[in-house]
Amino acid sequence: MSEFYTSVHLDESKCKGCINCIKRCPTEAIRVRNGKAVITTKYCIDCGECIRQCKNHAKLPTHDSMDEIKNFKYTVALPAPSLYAQVNNLDDIDIVLTALKDMGFDDVFEVSHAAEIVSAISRKYVPAHKEDWPIISTACPSVTRLIRVRFPNLIDHLLPIKPPMEIAAEMARKRAIEKTGLPSEDIGIFFLSPCPAKVTSVKSPLGYRKSDVDCVLSIKDIYPKLIASMKTVVEEDRVEELSETGNIGISWGSSGGEAGGLLTDSYLAADGIENVLKVLEDLEDQKFANTLSFIELNACHGGCVGGVLAVENPFLAKVKLKSLRKYIPIARTHDAPPDIHPDWDEPVHYEPVFTLGDSMIQSLVLMKKVDELTEKFPGLDCGSCGAPSCRALAEDIVRGNASEKDCIHIFKQYIHKLSDEFQNLQ
Amino acid sequence: MSESLNLNYIITNEDFTRAGEASGDVKSKLKMMGVPPEVIRKVSIAMYEGEINMVIHAGGGTIDVIITADDITMILKDHGPGIADIDLAMQAGYSTASENVRALGFGAGMGLPNMKKYSDEMTIDTELGIGTTVTMKVYFKPKS
Ligand SMILES: Nc1ncnc2c1ncn2[C@@H]1O[C@H](COP(=O)(O)OP(=O)(O)OP(=O)(O)O)[C@@H](O)[C@H]1O
Ligand code: SF4
Ligand SMILES: [Mg+2]
Repeated sequence: MSEFYTSVHLDESKCKGCINCIKRCPTEAIRVRNGKAVITTKYCIDCGECIRQCKNHAKLPTHDSMDEIKNFKYTVALPAPSLYAQVNNLDDIDIVLTALKDMGFDDVFEVSHAAEIVSAISRKYVPAHKEDWPIISTACPSVTRLIRVRFPNLIDHLLPIKPPMEIAAEMARKRAIEKTGLPSEDIGIFFLSPCPAKVTSVKSPLGYRKSDVDCVLSIKDIYPKLIASMKTVVEEDRVEELSETGNIGISWGSSGGEAGGLLTDSYLAADGIENVLKVLEDLEDQKFANTLSFIELNACHGGCVGGVLAVENPFLAKVKLKSLRKYIPIARTHDAPPDIHPDWDEPVHYEPVFTLGDSMIQSLVLMKKVDELTEKFPGLDCGSCGAPSCRALAEDIVRGNASEKDCIHIFKQYIHKLSDEFQNLQ
Repeated sequence: MSESLNLNYIITNEDFTRAGEASGDVKSKLKMMGVPPEVIRKVSIAMYEGEINMVIHAGGGTIDVIITADDITMILKDHGPGIADIDLAMQAGYSTASENVRALGFGAGMGLPNMKKYSDEMTIDTELGIGTTVTMKVYFKPKS
């Protein structure tokens, strides 16, 4: 597995080479070359913004399929808390959980249950690490990836604890082994994901060596089948008592939920990748008071309920989560079980993927060229060249990936010059 | 070898919300150059504080930045009121900022001390009624 992996791919036959996605990519990772969108993997943070923007549905998330349950002797479904917000009039989480078993999984393990454990660990970690305040949440893999490539000075602030999905996977596997006596490789752990970023964090984790999740399914994909199964289990009155989650765990599905679980007021929660970028810039410039203890950041608007693999409108989804939380205990898990491994076991290093040259002096020379070239272009940021801005094209040229004549305005001048010369010849 | 990148910024006080854009631009340039993150942090804090001071105490001015492969020099020049007592202004906690400015979170009197702390060299030339020029230098590698 390469160090830079992305879970977004292109259906070339559908891509019309328009410039919608290149304009909206927060890290300027996409270019249109030869009429098709191309992602530079090392810049991509898997936020899913291009999938959201593409009107031709050419940008696709990579994920596994439900059929893979055949490859295991025993399977466990790990529903993300955002899944509960996708269903209308849900007053009992057990209906969703029983329906998942009906669909073919042998067991279910709620990610929200593990989220309460992460909350409990964080409630101890954050006050004990005042020197690193504000601590930045690492539950959204897009945000951690963004920090790794763009905000080197913030890496020390990252919460070095695995996300709820991982803790859930570890606990689910252990429980399955105890129940069945099967070897680990016969047990399939399936995460039901709201986003491609989680797919990436399973294939190529940051902060820990290996993921305990075997397959990642898309919420969108399983949705129709889930709704049908829910109907059946209710009609046949077969709903089992399965849920082990309280208010705190479910709250993780929308923005502010993780921070709320810390039971402190000194936090900030921001959602939507453009807002996340603003917060990180300001944080890097030390514009925040150091009385702020925790920062929760979610790449998607509204938090994970706004993930690109979710079905419901994120604002409605948020309301649904809220009403679902009403009559359940604040938390059902108060301490981390002693036999799990929640801590990061691998450091996250800065990846300076945006540097121009191999040395500072070379970069300096190239940067001057970028500035000179940018001056030459009309400054319209029209995107016709396939780059999101005139400046981005200048950088591409300096990096050897494009030419000046890719700018249609420069090209026009060039054609005029040629035709003048031609006329003079005649 | 003495290759350098020269940048010029005009800082106006017309739109307060734009203060900090020049130091933000320099920050992103240094990242693209591969300057070590600790150094970028020093430069952006020092320059940001200087830029804000020009806006809130001197009505704006110009910033010239010279980047070489070894260091960065920032020359912040304004035609504001000047600083009457530099030693006093340099003291942590000293501030003449107005109530309005304090309401925005500035005026802790920490700007100049931080500029001194985060730059490797700093000089202040100031004359009452004429203006102030602050020159700061930060080296990219520790000087042996
Ligand atoms: N460019 C300048 N022109 C005129 N006076 C200045 C200038 N820079 C600083 N001063 C004076 O020096 C004082 C101290 O500056 P300093 O930057 O340390 O604190 P501050 O700007 O008042 O508050 P803070 O920087 O913490 O928001 C200012 O209050 C002001 O009186
Ligand atoms: S906010 Fe949630 S759904 Fe969106 S990318 Fe991050 S983890 Fe995925
Ligand atoms: Mg100041």
